[in-house]
Amino acid sequence: MEERTFSDISYEQYLNEEKLMGSKCKKCKALFVPPRSICVKCYSSDMEWVEMKGEARLAAFTCISVGPPFMIAEGYDRKHPYCSGVVELEEGARVDARIEGVDANKPEDIKVGMPLKVKFLHRGEGDNLKTYLAFLPV
Amino acid sequence: MQKKRKLGRGVALVGAGMSKFGMFKDKDSKDLFAEAFREMIASVDKGFDPSEIDALYLGNFTNDFFVHQGHWGPIISDLIGLNPKPATRTEGACAASALAFREAVFAIASGFYDIVLVGGVEDMSKRTTEEVAEGLALATVPYEGRVGFTFPGVFGALATAYFAKYGATREHLMNITIKSHSNAPLNPKAQFPLSIQDMMNRKIENAKKKGKPMPTWEDEKAFLRDPAANPVVAWPMHLYDCCPISDGAACMLLVGEEIARNFSDDPLYVIGIGQGSGRGLHACDDLTYFEATRHAAKEAYGMSGLKPEDIQFSEVHDCFSIAELIHIEDLGFFEPGEGYKAVAEGLTRRDGPMPINTSGGLKCKGHPVGATGVGQLFEVWKQLRGEAGKRQVPKKDLRIGAAHNLGGTGGTCTFIILERR
Ligand SMILES: [Zn+2]
Repeated sequence: MEERTFSDISYEQYLNEEKLMGSKCKKCKALFVPPRSICVKCYSSDMEWVEMKGEARLAAFTCISVGPPFMIAEGYDRKHPYCSGVVELEEGARVDARIEGVDANKPEDIKVGMPLKVKFLHRGEGDNLKTYLAFLPV
Repeated sequence: MQKKRKLGRGVALVGAGMSKFGMFKDKDSKDLFAEAFREMIASVDKGFDPSEIDALYLGNFTNDFFVHQGHWGPIISDLIGLNPKPATRTEGACAASALAFREAVFAIASGFYDIVLVGGVEDMSKRTTEEVAEGLALATVPYEGRVGFTFPGVFGALATAYFAKYGATREHLMNITIKSHSNAPLNPKAQFPLSIQDMMNRKIENAKKKGKPMPTWEDEKAFLRDPAANPVVAWPMHLYDCCPISDGAACMLLVGEEIARNFSDDPLYVIGIGQGSGRGLHACDDLTYFEATRHAAKEAYGMSGLKPEDIQFSEVHDCFSIAELIHIEDLGFFEPGEGYKAVAEGLTRRDGPMPINTSGGLKCKGHPVGATGVGQLFEVWKQLRGEAGKRQVPKKDLRIGAAHNLGGTGGTCTFIILERR
């Protein structure tokens, strides 16, 4: 795989390319998603990129009625809440993500532990392309 | 092995003052701090000359963003006639002034200063709710904000993880809200000095006046279950799970232990002072505790030689109801997964064995973020000196009280233990 710096910028570039990438410490095998350039387990900087399969389980979630300006711009409000969550990847690491394909007006039906699959949400184009990491129920 | 930490010189608290907390259109940061400062001076039993203060440490988080003015250290020190003496601003999100307190303690313990003023101030209410939410979200972890998490959203997510692991429900969080609201009417400085029953009566009164159908609720929990009265903000966090937007200030006078009696007949001593740093949600080993709080507690207990059961009452950072629940476990007052049962049994009520947030907590007292850390210690000061009036903890021989402060979504946490000798 090509050499990109183990940074948040690279993480986002990979998301634009529909890849969920993390860094793995070559010395102690610790996995970090988003990537870290310094291993916080053994302090090594010898890292390699690894691609996640995109299979996960919901670890925690919330259905937000009062969102930040960029979510309001997408049409979310008190009547149309959205779901954000923490998901545990099959590989073991956890990531923050938007949870799509669920009814955020019925949070009782969303269950911690439910199986999920990755989805890349693209917004904008060209230099303005931004990709949000999202997961859908399987 | 963890090094046993202790201060090089004892530090005592000899004065404390706090402004009323609330939303004040006609008061700014200087007005609020002046109010707290005047009360602090009056609280020093034997009086003192403010020109003897060696330095100021001041906590503030969002003023840059909300009132477009930064660099508050010298502004506040000038307000109280301290310049050209040093003024240092600390920033640790909602734990800003607990960090100021800690730095002031270290400055005295090192022997460099003898008399230090520590305080906090925040002016939040001149902005819209959306702007305040955006400003506070500056203190989340970047990955969280990017996928839409807000402050209440992060705590909502922690609540779902806690519920899933331990079987607690929203009903358990309501016990915390009801308890905080039962203490608040006894605190004359609280932003919402109203019980839930008072809120219900007020809504019924309003409906009557407007000729609208009168709402009926069986009890306080029925009111909290009613989405019209208690709408969702970030499920499972509803309006009554969240602290309000507040303005306020608080300050305290710290001195070297050996000169404390020159100022006060009844000084308090700083016997435990811990601080920890936390990671974002995605990097936590477990979503049902705050590692920064556990670290702060370990430091403070280690320094004081005390155990959780030695703490007689505590202020605990309840920016959201779930935060109080998780923290009373992290601080060791209850076992992990047992906190919600303890609250349901009334153990954390003012007249219970472990009173938590006798001030009404951030939920009702208010949460001017930069002033909160010192504001919590103000409550400990009042309680330990037997000056808390109607909300005085009814325990005999009150000697040890504590305050726990959290910044951001757990990025900075402190735990400070005070003793009356
Ligand atoms: Zn490593």
